[in-house]
Amino acid sequence: MLSRVSDSLYWTSRYLERAEHTVRLLDVNLGLMLDRSQTSAERRWQRVLAALGNPSHIEWTGDAYKLVQALCFDPASPASVVNCIVSARENARQIREEISTEQWQRLNRLFHDVSRARTELYSDLQFAEFLPTVIDGVHLFQGVTDTTLSHGEGWQFLQVGRFLERASATALLLDVYHREVIRSPEESVDAYEYLEWVGMLRSCTAFEAYCKVYTADLTYERMLEFLLLNPDFPHSIRYSIDQLHRSLNAIQQESHQQNIEELMRVSGKLRTLLSYDQISDVFAAGPGVYLRRILRECHHIHNLVYEVYIHYSVQTALAQ
Amino acid sequence: MSTTLPLKHSQNPMLRSYSLDRAYDEMFGEGGEIRPQYEALLKVLTSLPPEELQRRKHYADVSFLMQGITFTVYGQEEGTERIFPYDLLPRLISGEDWERIERGLTQRITALNLFLHDVYHEGKILAEGVVPREIVYSCQHFRRQMRGLQVPRNVYVAVAGTDLLRLESGEFVVLEDNLRVPSGVSYMLNNRRVLKRTLPHLFRSYGVRPIENYTQALLGTLRSLAPEGRPEPSIVLLTPGVYNSAYFEHTYLARQMGIELVEGRDLVIHDNVVYMRTTGGLRRVDVIYRRVDDDFIDPLSFRADSILGAPGLFNAYRAGNVTLANAFGTGVADDKAIYAYVPQIIRFYLSQEPILNNVETYILADPKQRQHVLCNLDKLVVKAVGESGGYGMLIGPQSTAEEREEFRQLIEANPRNYIAQPTLAFSRAPCFQEDGSIEPRHVDLRPYILFGDKVTIVPGGLTRVALRKGSLVVNSSQGGGSKDTWVLSQ
Repeated sequence: MLSRVSDSLYWTSRYLERAEHTVRLLDVNLGLMLDRSQTSAERRWQRVLAALGNPSHIEWTGDAYKLVQALCFDPASPASVVNCIVSARENARQIREEISTEQWQRLNRLFHDVSRARTELYSDLQFAEFLPTVIDGVHLFQGVTDTTLSHGEGWQFLQVGRFLERASATALLLDVYHREVIRSPEESVDAYEYLEWVGMLRSCTAFEAYCKVYTADLTYERMLEFLLLNPDFPHSIRYSIDQLHRSLNAIQQESHQQNIEELMRVSGKLRTLLSYDQISDVFAAGPGVYLRRILRECHHIHNLVYEVYIHYSVQTALAQ
Repeated sequence: MSTTLPLKHSQNPMLRSYSLDRAYDEMFGEGGEIRPQYEALLKVLTSLPPEELQRRKHYADVSFLMQGITFTVYGQEEGTERIFPYDLLPRLISGEDWERIERGLTQRITALNLFLHDVYHEGKILAEGVVPREIVYSCQHFRRQMRGLQVPRNVYVAVAGTDLLRLESGEFVVLEDNLRVPSGVSYMLNNRRVLKRTLPHLFRSYGVRPIENYTQALLGTLRSLAPEGRPEPSIVLLTPGVYNSAYFEHTYLARQMGIELVEGRDLVIHDNVVYMRTTGGLRRVDVIYRRVDDDFIDPLSFRADSILGAPGLFNAYRAGNVTLANAFGTGVADDKAIYAYVPQIIRFYLSQEPILNNVETYILADPKQRQHVLCNLDKLVVKAVGESGGYGMLIGPQSTAEEREEFRQLIEANPRNYIAQPTLAFSRAPCFQEDGSIEPRHVDLRPYILFGDKVTIVPGGLTRVALRKGSLVVNSSQGGGSKDTWVLSQ
């Protein structure tokens, strides 16, 4: 497979995952505003911005709907939902012959829906209707991807983009919330805090899945354990890294690329860490330190994927 | 000027607006009698209820849209895609006419390849004064870098698309040779595929010669041009990328041939060897079917601002490590001023008379001919020599006095840059109209010629239609469409 093609596939799914995550965060936090809470609106929305990596051009000005409007539609911010979807489509368009017609049509429809929405001025109620349609659009694309595209090298690159983005976004979100913990990790949260933590779980579609494992009794320790180390939940960091590692292995087998030791070592090590560590190890290291290490490793893996498959130097390639 | 059909046909409601003029009509003879090969077509069309034809037209539209045979319209709504306009009725060409076309095109491509080899080597034809030296050297597509360079099998033009017209007499003549990066072949193939499904009975009854082997023949041609010592050559199609209007065609051909579609940034040149970057490392490239113009193909050798090409590609080519199809510098042979000399070129190299004639052409660099043209601008068609796609053209009879004045100044400022031809009444073929009737529209014909170890011309080509009533411009950028072309076996 051409390096350029794998690059475009990687970013198509990465941008879509990012759009979905952003939209879900906005949707959840708009919902939280409806209830009386000790958490001020400013603190809550600053937290959203931090969880999105403080996107450039966008600042909290005191109006939640203005902020949501900007995070959805600001043409100047590369992180806005509309720009994520435009970038995903641009990447897919350049490899039109590599993806299925169904994928292209889904993505195109999502793009047209979001572009149309941009031109309309939204009220709070309309946002509540609009945001879930974006999530639906991304889900449809993923469904069609899994059922119409061969699960060969190209599909694996889509997986790499998606799960690397998911692992990073979840680690960043957990790190931001970690700074808000005010009581001991084993203690149940009180009624005022409860909503905030449900919000965090919902931001990862994890509330119902969490309850199935631990019941609705929320403690920080369990929430962290669930989102960080659960092997079966598709939005947990461990699950994402498992999938990532599996896809990297599959790509290596299909491409016969030789120069992969460092990439497989780093990704394998992260995977092993998450498989064998227990939540007590996380607390021993300090959750903030642990999460930031995961973020660094994800970034490192991204660089190595580029080095091995996309922007490798001609000299190393010829030496093989 | 125009006459209606005899009663027998004019009472047919489908033909109510069909009239004849001095142009050759593909369906009716001069006296309004139907040409034998069109009888069955007309009978089938007349027997179908009008709604049925509309329904089939709609079916074909949807088919084009679903296959993504579209071009992108930029404007208010970003990314609107429209289908390439086409006409449902096939254009029929008798086996006899085709046989002549085939021989004529083979003769022409053979002579033009010999001409290119000569121009870039000894220059015998220039020394003998058959083609004036200054016309060749002043051609904007002449590439002095090609001097003395050996190309595989001496084939410069591997893929050509030659535009033919049919004159009032019924004779096919050559309007222009496209020897650089001719496009449109994917429309030829898709028109056929859609039409087969839209009018299957008609298709079967006609005994149409197949064209589906084009991509296989193209692949064979490219393979036969591989550098020596590369028995299993790796072949790629080089596209300028997604913003090129022919991008659909590039993806289509690459897919049909099963070869990699690459952009300039996918290629790496090291030690004069061309590689493509893949996830499995660098893979050597032997033959490049390039759909990028000369100027943009290598920023080191040609336009430094080009981001479409690959730096160092020309040196790899010079070193004989990679084949480009078509070769560099083929544009010197399809320059519109050189075109005027093609009959002499054929006589010079092959000692034969041209089988397909040229359209009469005035060279404006010649003072006498220029004088004549400037006095008759309202009757002639003036074309810029290096342009294509219907741009840089003056159609005398349809022009305003200001346009003629503008061209007069352009010609006087740079006569070498222009040629003139009489305004031709080229042939008209029946076309299906919105209201369900049939009317004639002007058509041309672009067959595709492949030249590798042998010459292959699939029977047919792209028939382009000037869809607007009375229009003489068939280019898709200017309101033209296309239709399927059936070459009949007997």
